[in-house]
Amino acid sequence: MSRQVNRTIILSVATVAGGLGLSALAHSPDIAGQAGSGFWLGTLLLWLAATLAARDLAGLAAQQRKPSGLLALAVPLLVGFLLVVLWELITVGAGVPAVLMPPPSMVAARFGGALPVLAADFVQTFVKSALPGYAIGCAAGFGTAVLADRVPFLRRGLLPVANFASALPIIGIAPIMVMWFGFDWPSKAAVVAVMTFFPMLVQTGAGLAATGRIERDLMRTYAAGYLTTLVCLRLPQALPFIFTALKINATLALIGAIVAEFFGTPIVGMGFRISIEAARLSLDMVWAEIALAALAGSAFYGAIALAERAATGWHPSMRAAR
Amino acid sequence: MPRASAAALRTVPPTDADATEDRAPEPARAVVSVSDLSLTYETADGPVYALSGVDLAIAAGEFVSFIGPSGCGKTTLLRCVADLEQPTGGELWVNGVSAEAARLRRDYGFVFQAPALYPWRTIERNVALPLEIFGVPKAERRERVRRYLDLVHLGGFAKKFPWQLSGGMQSRASIARALCFDPQLLLMDEPFGALDEIVRDHLNEQLLSLWRETGKTVLFVTHSIPEAVYLSSRVVVMSPRPGRIIDVVDCSRLGRQRPLEIRESPEFLAIAHRVREGLRAGHAYDE
Repeated sequence: MSRQVNRTIILSVATVAGGLGLSALAHSPDIAGQAGSGFWLGTLLLWLAATLAARDLAGLAAQQRKPSGLLALAVPLLVGFLLVVLWELITVGAGVPAVLMPPPSMVAARFGGALPVLAADFVQTFVKSALPGYAIGCAAGFGTAVLADRVPFLRRGLLPVANFASALPIIGIAPIMVMWFGFDWPSKAAVVAVMTFFPMLVQTGAGLAATGRIERDLMRTYAAGYLTTLVCLRLPQALPFIFTALKINATLALIGAIVAEFFGTPIVGMGFRISIEAARLSLDMVWAEIALAALAGSAFYGAIALAERAATGWHPSMRAAR
Repeated sequence: MPRASAAALRTVPPTDADATEDRAPEPARAVVSVSDLSLTYETADGPVYALSGVDLAIAAGEFVSFIGPSGCGKTTLLRCVADLEQPTGGELWVNGVSAEAARLRRDYGFVFQAPALYPWRTIERNVALPLEIFGVPKAERRERVRRYLDLVHLGGFAKKFPWQLSGGMQSRASIARALCFDPQLLLMDEPFGALDEIVRDHLNEQLLSLWRETGKTVLFVTHSIPEAVYLSSRVVVMSPRPGRIIDVVDCSRLGRQRPLEIRESPEFLAIAHRVREGLRAGHAYDE
């Protein structure tokens, strides 16, 4: 056991140190763009060490009776580190043109240097467009699902129309929304609202239909009305479905907000920046925006997943985490 | 069929108070009164006669079991009493009013085949569910939940979730939930059907002593002959297609105090034999 722990620690440290060392080495003028076989052998060895370390770490994490957050996080961190280092070594060592694939160090430098621009883009695209659109779309989808469940006429009349609307391509509706709501963020929020509406509608509808007969009969024996049954039985039962929609929509919202900016926008925003910087061949800025989008999207998704765990810990899919 | 408007029936003065105070066995005080009840489902393959010509009167304080093979309508009859199913003919009175009025008055507690505990609520909040819906004040709610959880020996499990408990414990929790608002009528639909023999014996003993202590009227659906005879003051034997009563067996001579060993006594075996004969006759009729 302790020997295994020792080996894991040595391998992990070797991976991190080797990765950082090789990356520094790659930038020396003798190697950059003209790396010899020795350099590539070192890269292969690093790969090997990282693979073994990741395997050992995963084994240790599996052995633990109560999984601790740190060890469970170590494996993806190590794998992520390896990917970034390999990317750096190959692009720098082989001299890949920055237009095709800038090395991560260049992207990071650009990210650090362009913080005010990135912050303004983030506020414009995520805070002003994606979040309000997400809130509006999810709330409307939820409300429509509850209404359609209550009023049979709506269920038959509205659901096919909603289905039809959801099939509209985003590149079709984005210009229309710009016509309706102007160039600034409201048109982007509208695109996001349209995109997030349908998943929430379908999931909530499925969740409301998920209650069993005995559970409903029980409420009937209590002479419980529609609203009491909804609050005490059907909404709690639908909660796991609703959270699924919230998670799907979290990623959809950011994609929608970014893509919508390709169709007319003021001179700020993540989608705007990506389109003009790509045209100017400064791919490092494009990658910096992509990194920002990935960070924001993951954090948003993670926050919703945490809320889900807190709210639906009773559900079989969540019980193991309790 | 007394499906007159509920509003009109609610003006009928409640009769359950004095009907249950004295546990008089005379049929005049019938808690459940059924005459010529029938229920026919219209299906694509023609009508299905779930119940046909059922006559029965159940007095306050009785423990009546319904036994019969699957599809004999015993559960359907119980669901009719609970107003979960609508009869297509005949008369049905519960505590002197229609089944619907009795349901709206919350006259009965129903225990289903499955515990039907809500997994997002702890055991104590599951038991408190009817009290919350009926608007019982919080302090009284807490006191009642504690009392009824103790009654079914689940006092230590109040904060657990249903899925952390065994099947037998879940059944007991669902019984506590049906009892906690103190209905005088208890409708139980094969509540112990999914449990093993030992747990079932244990719960039967507890149910019997509970019935003795509280004097509630119990309608109990089962397909186990020993369970029916052991628990009941009367056993109603039913046969399928069409669902009807073929025999009513009186078990009151076994007394109210019944140790589990009574199931080996000659009287018990004689009654069980008669129930079995009735079931067999019902089957012969079918073939």
